[in-house]
Amino acid sequence: MSARRPLPRWADILLLPAINLAMAFLISGLVVLMIGENPLYAVQVILYGAFGYGDGVGYTLYYATNFIFTGLAFAIAAHAGLFNIGGNGQAYVAGLGAILVALALDQTHWLITMPLAMIAAGVFGGIWGLIPGYLQAKRGSHVVITTIMFNFIAAALMVYMLNRVLKAPNTMAPESETLDIGGRVPQLREFIPFFGYSPVNLTIVVAIAFLVGAYILIWRTKLGYQLRTLGHNPVASRYAGMSNSKLIMIAMTLSGACAGMVAINEVLGVQNRLVLDFVADAGFVGIAVALIGRNHPIGIGLAAVLFGALYQGGQELQFVIPAVTREMIEVIQALIILFTGAMEGLFRPALERGFVLMSVEQKAEATARATVDSES
Amino acid sequence: MNLKTLSKSVLGGVAFVAMATGAALADPAIIYDLGGKFDKSFNEAAYNGAQAWAEETGGNYLDFELQNDAQREQALRRFAGQGANPIVMAGFSWTAALEAVAPEFPDTNFVVIDTVVDQPNVQSILFDEHTGSFLVGALAAMKSETGTVAFIGGMDVPLIHKFYCGYAQGANHVDEDINVIENYTGTTPAAWNDPVTAGELTQAAIDSGADVIFAAAGGSGLGVLQTADDEGVYSIGVDSNQNYLHPGSVLTSMVKRVDTAVQDSFNNSGDDETFEPGLTILGLAEDGVGYAVDENNESEISDEQMSELESLEQQIIDGEIEVHDYTTDSSCPA
Repeated sequence: MSARRPLPRWADILLLPAINLAMAFLISGLVVLMIGENPLYAVQVILYGAFGYGDGVGYTLYYATNFIFTGLAFAIAAHAGLFNIGGNGQAYVAGLGAILVALALDQTHWLITMPLAMIAAGVFGGIWGLIPGYLQAKRGSHVVITTIMFNFIAAALMVYMLNRVLKAPNTMAPESETLDIGGRVPQLREFIPFFGYSPVNLTIVVAIAFLVGAYILIWRTKLGYQLRTLGHNPVASRYAGMSNSKLIMIAMTLSGACAGMVAINEVLGVQNRLVLDFVADAGFVGIAVALIGRNHPIGIGLAAVLFGALYQGGQELQFVIPAVTREMIEVIQALIILFTGAMEGLFRPALERGFVLMSVEQKAEATARATVDSES
Repeated sequence: MNLKTLSKSVLGGVAFVAMATGAALADPAIIYDLGGKFDKSFNEAAYNGAQAWAEETGGNYLDFELQNDAQREQALRRFAGQGANPIVMAGFSWTAALEAVAPEFPDTNFVVIDTVVDQPNVQSILFDEHTGSFLVGALAAMKSETGTVAFIGGMDVPLIHKFYCGYAQGANHVDEDINVIENYTGTTPAAWNDPVTAGELTQAAIDSGADVIFAAAGGSGLGVLQTADDEGVYSIGVDSNQNYLHPGSVLTSMVKRVDTAVQDSFNNSGDDETFEPGLTILGLAEDGVGYAVDENNESEISDEQMSELESLEQQIIDGEIEVHDYTTDSSCPA
């Protein structure tokens, strides 16, 4: 144990994620090998599918848009020391706010509809985050338990709304009426033909703005400072005169509102109606995205593109190599989440020992960092 | 950053090449719904049809399983862009995607099963589930000793109410005083694959006196058939011929020939000469629906009952008996 020191910063944010990803790909490669296909060719197909042509890039960015929102949602709560795994439910319920506004305003113009739908989605998603936040702050119910329960409540609520309230007549599927043009967010392909038919839309601009906004919020505002203080040491934040319960509720509301923006991308941008389970587990992918991205907006942006590429490239793989089934794609995605999320620290001890054996200079730097470094 | 590291280490400088898609021109294609092709039900029936076509003709076909709704249009464009023809879709969730994509590929023929899309290059196939259900409902009433029969549906949608309504009408036709218990496993697509809930509902129906239970619940129906067998009452299978699953307990199966529809589409719809755009309804006369009799259940149905069923079938085909279709007005007379 004595031979362990915290990793240098570059190793922590670059090397460790890279090793984790490499391991995930290695094991995925073995899976592909087991069904008698060439893993290198599979990687090539995935990369070509995700970045090789306009439609593919567009789909990658469309998936990434969702993951940026859910990744940021997780990160905002994580900075306040809260493990919000309810991004899925928050985004799902936000769809209700988005569709209600969009259906009401779809005869106007998207410049009116989109901001109002964003507010509505933010309010609905925010409330869905606030309730577990309140329960944590005032009643001590752990937010991990309550948020995952709220995912199920959200699913049940939305099934009820889609089946009994919003369902369009003359259709079998539980889905709402289709939005008119005034309720649709413009597609990037309307300005940039390169994107072909892909559904990447203006919401991605909002997502990038959210990345910048989250950076400013977390590191450049008083509220962000308070949230981080709470995350580092709740006793200290209370001692400094902050209201921990208020901060918990604010963090969870902001987190839920951020996850809610997925609804803008999906409902107003892509489907143009509310469909069952439109979130498609983006909330859970967001956790992995935030973990790989080290809860930093730049990292989240890059990790979101990585997962977008995996989703789109995985789909390409299914087309090009028919022996690779849908289930196998899910296995590969799950392996990456496993290695980068759940077993994120697997190689940390070995890596730390390795670094200690290196130069004295490195050791000194690591020791110096140990005093300021913080694990979240 | 991560991606760069990744591509460098794994690819080792392998150059990108535009990849040949491997699809010969005019291969037929099928796209399954979110349930996946091995759902032991509707999608699997479509898959079996495609397999039967491949075995019969030795041809090659393309298929795709969806992971999320955003892939519907993508998969359609992908196959159409590759020159696949015809492109067959199974499921009622395809309406919006097909309405968007069909006009972009006027030379490609599309076939969609269980929903209607009004485009010049789309054939919409619907089944007369109500008439087939009428016949099995009549048989259920003939076999019932308690005067109570049951219906366990899958997802609570109009299409499944159409099954129920036909079934109830058939049962009432034979026995005016019959009591028909109606229940559904759920309101989401998960209801197609929940044999445990379906089994519980079946148990509840049996406790209420039902002794023939019709399962129109996709994969969940297996739970109905199992429970009915355990409790020693009759069940009725759906979509595929499920008589063999519990011989002697499965009274018959209301077959809906999705497999034949897919096979026929692969054979005929690729060629503009034989493609029939517009609405196609497959009923008793076309063998699109019906009741299955084979060595597993023929001993359960007496000659008398058999001839009565055959006469009912003929009367429906001839129009002497009119079976109400629930989906026309969302109400059921029975």
